[in-house]
Amino acid sequence: MIETTPQDSHQNSPDGAQAARQKVMATLAAAKPAAVAEKFHALDTPAYELVRQPETGLVMVRGRMGGTGSPFNLGEVTVTRCVVRLTTGETGSSYSLGRNKEKALQSAVIDALWQRSGDRDRIERDIIAPLADAQTAMNETVKEETEATKVNFFTMVRGDN
Amino acid sequence: MYVAVKGGEKAIRNAHKLLAKRRRGDTSVPALTLEQIAEQLSHSVARVMGEGSLYDETLAALAIKQSRGDLIEAAFLMRAYRTTLPRFGYSQPVDTAKMLVERRVSATYKDLPGGQVLGPTFDYSHRLLDFKLAAEEGSVEPVAETAETSDEAMPRVTDLLGDEGLMEPDPVTDEDAPVGDLTREPLAFPADRDLRLQNLARGDEGFLLALAYSTQRGYGRTHPFAGEIRYGEVEVEFFAEELGFAVTLGAIKVTECQMVNQFQGSAKAAPTFTRGYGLVFGQVERKAMSMAMVDRSMRWQELGEEQTAPAQDIEFVLSHSDNIQATGFVEHLKLPHYVDFQAELDLVRRMRGEWFEKRAREENGDTSQEAAE
Repeated sequence: MIETTPQDSHQNSPDGAQAARQKVMATLAAAKPAAVAEKFHALDTPAYELVRQPETGLVMVRGRMGGTGSPFNLGEVTVTRCVVRLTTGETGSSYSLGRNKEKALQSAVIDALWQRSGDRDRIERDIIAPLADAQTAMNETVKEETEATKVNFFTMVRGDN
Repeated sequence: MYVAVKGGEKAIRNAHKLLAKRRRGDTSVPALTLEQIAEQLSHSVARVMGEGSLYDETLAALAIKQSRGDLIEAAFLMRAYRTTLPRFGYSQPVDTAKMLVERRVSATYKDLPGGQVLGPTFDYSHRLLDFKLAAEEGSVEPVAETAETSDEAMPRVTDLLGDEGLMEPDPVTDEDAPVGDLTREPLAFPADRDLRLQNLARGDEGFLLALAYSTQRGYGRTHPFAGEIRYGEVEVEFFAEELGFAVTLGAIKVTECQMVNQFQGSAKAAPTFTRGYGLVFGQVERKAMSMAMVDRSMRWQELGEEQTAPAQDIEFVLSHSDNIQATGFVEHLKLPHYVDFQAELDLVRRMRGEWFEKRAREENGDTSQEAAE
């Protein structure tokens, strides 16, 4: 008998699958173009067609008044996106800051492969996990360096008492 | 009669060629790479992204290189470039509480959750020129200290005081209400706070700094405290219609400033602390602080205060904060105004003629009167 852990059922629910794909796309978006290219070239590139050519455009970034209040427009960012379809039918998308069209295309193909059930584990293991680990490590370094600049206040005791 | 004058094409062409040569400078000195500019002149890059209102470090580095380091010219290039790109849409509002914080200080609370972290700052430096940098090539790489992290949350300071009711809450509107966008519609008055904040976020650092300073010196006092300044990375999320869910586009660096201002109360509101808000691209602390102070100044009407100073005058502030517009109008004065000036020349000539004629008549009148006597 196969026992289903709560995590498994989470992964299999539609919401869980969506959250997992969001994480995949976010990890690819955050990765450096060279890192995505390296992973992509290590794959046997599947056959695919372009649904939407890599395209660069703008997204207006919003902030909130006071941090939590009503939204306002802060300024724009450049964003490049792409959509591909594998010959097996899976559609992959990518959205990422910047203007790198090669990265957009490669990320969309990886996203599509991730959706193909036979390839998902391999993509997770060989591409997403290492990229995510590298990003976590970089953020950890930033946190550690920042932590070293934390102020420790102390009180000077003056007089004889 | 209007006579069109042509010419100057060759002079312009040659001037641009000369500019290209002068921009490059001495070719025995290596050319700057965009990576060098983005990595080592990050404050310039941040300023160009902020005032150009377009976050893209490589483009900003290119703009700085092309403009020979003229940051307003560079911001102008960014604004021009953005008009060539399609707009995909609006992001979800960034959540600065979830920032990967690289710096966070509060001038109002010594001991606050998450503590005071100085991060990479010029503060407390002695402002002495470091001649080691002048002879740096091949020298040792700088190393930063590290310390073990605790996953202590870093709540915004204004959320702490808010619990006591001492801090005015943030204004919350219907999430579906339209948000003003200066890139879509030109500035019009009265301008609500959404438009004002967008205008300030892309406004000139020097102009906002001067206005903020003026409020400290008594032109519309705001009694500000730096409640909190934080700088770091925030994730940008975008709802992709075709996917039906939000995607994370990546992270951008922003500086946020919460200015806290004593408010003595008015007919409309009880005494409390009020707030001004600053949010800018990159590590641009001076501007984030100035923005927050000017934002607060311009809220006089909503808080029932008296308007006495330039920094409170919404139309004055918003109409003059944009350095691309300002430089366009000021610098257009150097373009040919030959016909305009010819007309003025004729006018002044005629006025002088009439003036001298009148004076001569009066003198003649005086002498003829004297002669009569």
